Amino acid sequence: MDFVTVTLKLLEGFLTTCEIFFLTLVSALPLGLLVVFGSMSKFKPLKIIVRGIVWIIRGTPLMLQVIIIYYVPGLVFNLPLLPRLIAVFFAFTINYACYFSEIYRSGIESISKGQYEAGQVLGMTKGQVFFRVIFMQVIKIIVPPMSNEIITLVKDTSLARVILVAEILKYAEEFTAYGLIWPLFYSGVFYLLFVGVLTLIFGKIEKKLSYYKV
Amino acid sequence: MAYLDIENFCKKFDNTEVLKGISFSIEKGEVVSIIGSSGSGKTTLLRCMNFLETPDEGKMTLDGERLLQCPQIKKEKESVLRSKRLNFGLVFQSFNLFPQYNVLNNVTLAPLLLLKTKIKELKKSLKEKKKTDKTVTSAYIKKTISEYKEEKKKEIDNDAKLLLEKTGLTDKTFNYPCQLSGGQQQRVAIARALALKPKILCFDEPTSALDPELTGEVLKVIRSLKNENRTMIIVTHEMGFAKNVSDKVIFMSDGVVVESGSPKEIFDNPKSEKLKSFLINLENKENI
Ligand SMILES: Nc1ncnc2c1ncn2[C@@H]1O[C@H](COP(=O)(O)OP(=O)(O)OP(=O)(O)O)[C@@H](O)[C@H]1O
Ligand SMILES: [Mg+2]
Repeated sequence: MDFVTVTLKLLEGFLTTCEIFFLTLVSALPLGLLVVFGSMSKFKPLKIIVRGIVWIIRGTPLMLQVIIIYYVPGLVFNLPLLPRLIAVFFAFTINYACYFSEIYRSGIESISKGQYEAGQVLGMTKGQVFFRVIFMQVIKIIVPPMSNEIITLVKDTSLARVILVAEILKYAEEFTAYGLIWPLFYSGVFYLLFVGVLTLIFGKIEKKLSYYKV
Repeated sequence: MAYLDIENFCKKFDNTEVLKGISFSIEKGEVVSIIGSSGSGKTTLLRCMNFLETPDEGKMTLDGERLLQCPQIKKEKESVLRSKRLNFGLVFQSFNLFPQYNVLNNVTLAPLLLLKTKIKELKKSLKEKKKTDKTVTSAYIKKTISEYKEEKKKEIDNDAKLLLEKTGLTDKTFNYPCQLSGGQQQRVAIARALALKPKILCFDEPTSALDPELTGEVLKVIRSLKNENRTMIIVTHEMGFAKNVSDKVIFMSDGVVVESGSPKEIFDNPKSEKLKSFLINLENKENI
């Protein structure tokens, strides 16, 4: 097993890792917005149901959710098994949408009532107040906690291996069967680089938004 | 009939009566100060007038138009309330500028959004017309709309710049609120409220959040507005200012108007015990 072989294998796994990461991010970001509209709704039943779901999702391990989504439809309802990657995608999206929604909520709730009222007395519609006044302030507030959560997502992708999705850690671990330990550390480098790039990007965003204070 | 007529405003929060039948009227161009101790309901009154709260009882007429009538007002649609709100401007104690916009955009944001709505309506009506009138072509509609938009945008921009000049903020046009002092922020807030050309401008303790040395610049702007004959209602704890600038002073206590009259009558010749003790209290505070 030379360095090139290991690198190629790990890269193959890393591709899957990236796939899980980006697909989850792209779908959980907007889904979280939908969830937060539910959990902050003035319509009580909706609010209670959505907050209940968020509580359950945040209160149980993501690994358990992956397992349930993969096995339960088949075992309980006799449906064909979902492709592994799709099951992971569903579980991750739902889980992260709930986490994101809570970050959104804390951001939205931290905007003072005065901002809404200032918009209102200036004749803005509710939508205008939200999208033209509140939204950008929320973005600024939530960038730091979101970057934390997104970095966690990078590392959470490794949970996919519980249903044998071939992501980078799975490959790295398989090399131990040949007595090779260093690929494990090598896989860590991939994570570190990925997280490093994300950290740089978030730093840039924070800097870009530093021209105003909320 | 007076320009603004408020009749019997009542408002309860849970079980506490905050307004207990407030009535007063204002003539066009008058400056009215509302004074009274903390908790007497001054803010609530302004909020009811600006449709941020709905009174439980009462009527309001402005310039011959019945703006508010209880209890019908409770069923009014949001869009109707929105257009009613535009009759008034409100300057908050805590400025409430939009932090992510620079000074100019703080002032132009609301007028531009209103323009957007107007353009939508114009487009709709032109499209209706197109169905029956052959001379109205798509190209014609496009041209009319874009010309109208350009013209109005320029107007909004010019108006904003004039307002900033008037409030002494021309050199801050492209600054962000976080780069301004409290006094400057409050002057932006005043310009922002004026940009929508309200019939009556309301101030809720506009200088209370300011350091003493900054109140003067804000009061000066308000005074200059009086010289333009703007109708204004000012809730204030600045008695000297109320005395000098207002045509009429209203003294509120526990949700009722106890006394109202010219500044001379109120400050030099108070009749009710409540007003007398309110004024004496203030004087004592100033002497401490
Ligand atoms: N949304 C609300 N819910 C419950 N009570 C309220 C609400 N708004 C105001 N109040 C109560 O109404 C009373 C009058 O409040 P208001 O703010 O109108 O007084 P104010 O005259 O403006 O006082 P200040 O000089 O301190 O600003 C207070 O006792 C306040 O606690
Ligand atoms: Mg008040």
